[in-house]
Amino acid sequence: MSELFPRKQIIGFVFSLVLTAAALAVYFLKLSFAQGMVVLVVTAFVQALLQLVVFMHAGESEDKWVIYGKVFFMIAMALITVFGTLLIFLWDM
Amino acid sequence: MEFFERFAIPNPSLAIYASMVAIGLTVVAIIAGLTYFKKWGYLWREWLTTVDHKRIGIMYLLSALIMLFRGGVDAIMLRAQLAVPDNKLLDPQHYNEVFSTHGVIMVMFMAMPFIFAFMNYVVPLQIGARDVAFPRLNALSFWLFFFGAMLFNISFVIGGSPDAGWTSYFPLAGNDFSQHVGTNYYMIAIQISGIGSLMTGINMITTIMKMRAPGMTLMKMPMFTWSVLVTNLIIVTVFPVITVALAMGTMDRLFGTHFFATTNGGMDMLWANLFWVWGHPEVYILILPAFGIYSEIISTFAGRNLYGYKSMVASMVIISALSCMVWAHHFFTMGQGAVANSFFSITTMMIAVPTGVKIFNWLFTLWKGKIRFTVPMLYSLGFIPLFVIGGMTGVMLAMSAADYQYHNTMFLVAHFHNTIIPGVVFAMLAGLTYYWPKMFGFMLNERIGKWSFWTLTIGFCLAFFPMYITGLDGQARRMYTYSEATGYGPLNMVSFVGAGVMAISFALIVYNVYYSVRYSPRNIGADPWDARSLEWATHTPVPEYNFAVEPQVASSEGFWDAKKKGHALFPGKVEKIHMPNNSGVPFIMGAIFFVLGFSLVFSLWIPAILSLIGILACMALRSFEQDHGRYISVKEIEETETKLRGAK
Repeated sequence: MSELFPRKQIIGFVFSLVLTAAALAVYFLKLSFAQGMVVLVVTAFVQALLQLVVFMHAGESEDKWVIYGKVFFMIAMALITVFGTLLIFLWDM
Repeated sequence: MEFFERFAIPNPSLAIYASMVAIGLTVVAIIAGLTYFKKWGYLWREWLTTVDHKRIGIMYLLSALIMLFRGGVDAIMLRAQLAVPDNKLLDPQHYNEVFSTHGVIMVMFMAMPFIFAFMNYVVPLQIGARDVAFPRLNALSFWLFFFGAMLFNISFVIGGSPDAGWTSYFPLAGNDFSQHVGTNYYMIAIQISGIGSLMTGINMITTIMKMRAPGMTLMKMPMFTWSVLVTNLIIVTVFPVITVALAMGTMDRLFGTHFFATTNGGMDMLWANLFWVWGHPEVYILILPAFGIYSEIISTFAGRNLYGYKSMVASMVIISALSCMVWAHHFFTMGQGAVANSFFSITTMMIAVPTGVKIFNWLFTLWKGKIRFTVPMLYSLGFIPLFVIGGMTGVMLAMSAADYQYHNTMFLVAHFHNTIIPGVVFAMLAGLTYYWPKMFGFMLNERIGKWSFWTLTIGFCLAFFPMYITGLDGQARRMYTYSEATGYGPLNMVSFVGAGVMAISFALIVYNVYYSVRYSPRNIGADPWDARSLEWATHTPVPEYNFAVEPQVASSEGFWDAKKKGHALFPGKVEKIHMPNNSGVPFIMGAIFFVLGFSLVFSLWIPAILSLIGILACMALRSFEQDHGRYISVKEIEETETKLRGAK
């Protein structure tokens, strides 16, 4: 029965639709710039991780720690780049 | 005729016209030679369509040597111009173009393909694999690199070379200040070859993660393979940044956007920022494989296993993480405050710690070893003290307060040449000599090799140590001349002499190849250096399937175990081997990329759109193509093996 009804994927699909709707709502609701950006950043990251885990099967092979390790390394590097740039150009210029 | 005017060179000189004639004659000679000797079919079947990692590695190697020559000629021109005060050899525009192309060619089109050559040739052999994980993608990487390099190289005879430095800072690189097409070449040629590098990064990580021989856990990989793994992680991390920055710069120049403009909300400093977010890790992309090669060579010729394997791995991983946190030290003087500068100052100094660990590990490997002073070992031994000097001056530059004094002086130029030449170039020449017998089946002459090592080292010291002094005295980099009253004249003359001695060294290397092709003995066996790791366990020349039987290892020195401890390296039986088919698509796709790049440089939209369609067609073709590779039968393998054993 579980083969006919892939629960994880369907929940993931519904959840990704909800995340998309939440991101879209930023356009229709009268949020301040800061509030809107927070919603967008949070939904974007959750959405990306969701896709990675549920639909790109990141955690399903034996070497899943390699895949997760690389993903988190890349996220860490991206954050360092972004916050370093902010430090240089905004907070300490 | 208006259409053709855009291809004219903005600042022609006799030297450029002479180069045009020389390029034309060379092309005619190559075409005539290939036709006369009926080698077109051979070239196409064996090289242009190959997906064999060994042949791709050799093509990278040849490209790198040609680019070393081109970049070296640029360097000689620069040093000749600065040799005496108020020199008129090059005009300022020409000087700008020469130092810009010198930098780009040496970093992007000489050092990068050189390390890719060794990655491609050595890594699959070292981990006991038949090929890389994605052989056809590997061919595409090479052809993108190659055509990117060719596009960049024609700039000086068609339309003019980039003249805003290898860093190509905006707003200088924008349309207002760089009006001819040179900077378009910079943006697009580096983009094309950069995409190739990114693909290589993915390919190598997958190869090392998925295709290691049985028994080879991550901590039992040879040190060069480890360095390549870490390097490619950095490539995949930072190359997207330069891809995006170059795309934005291209749009600024071609489509009138204002990403890096000083008006309409643009931010010119953001280019410098993005460039160095990629640019600083890039120098570690170059140096880490060099460290890997030194590790292999030092342990082979000291006759000992590598000291501190785990700390070597740990220090490389730490270097890779730190390398992405230091980029702002390239522009301490740009106007950010003390907090930001202090942060980047401290992270920069921290890199000296893992690098120091590696230096000590090499010294301890040498300790009580039976050292053989072969040519590769001489380069490695020369590297250690010279690189330490370069590293020490790097720590001086890392102090942001002091950097205001050194910034953009010859001191900086001396520093980074002092790390890159003994670090990367020595490693590449050491690797070239070390792996030459594996690649071509004969050794390079040791006597001529030693001459070239000593001329290179002495020439290097003569050329770059005086720059530390003139830099501290205030000589700025990228200035095309200086007055006699500054007193820089004599030391710059010494530098010029040093550059000449380095050119002699290059000539000796070329002569060494010629001499060894003619006179070197061919019966050298598969292991001429008495080496330790797996790449020496197969035959010379290496058969296309690398290993007839998959090797089984128990340590990072599987071959040494087999020689000295009776380890059974090849326990299995010969079975049929699955190999990938050759394909012309990567070459054709690279050529279309060349047309696309050329059309974009000159804003020729119709050919650009057509070639874009061609690229998509190639990708679609690949998607629908049924290609399951081919099998080499057991009989064929046994015949090859018998023949190669006989050749020993």
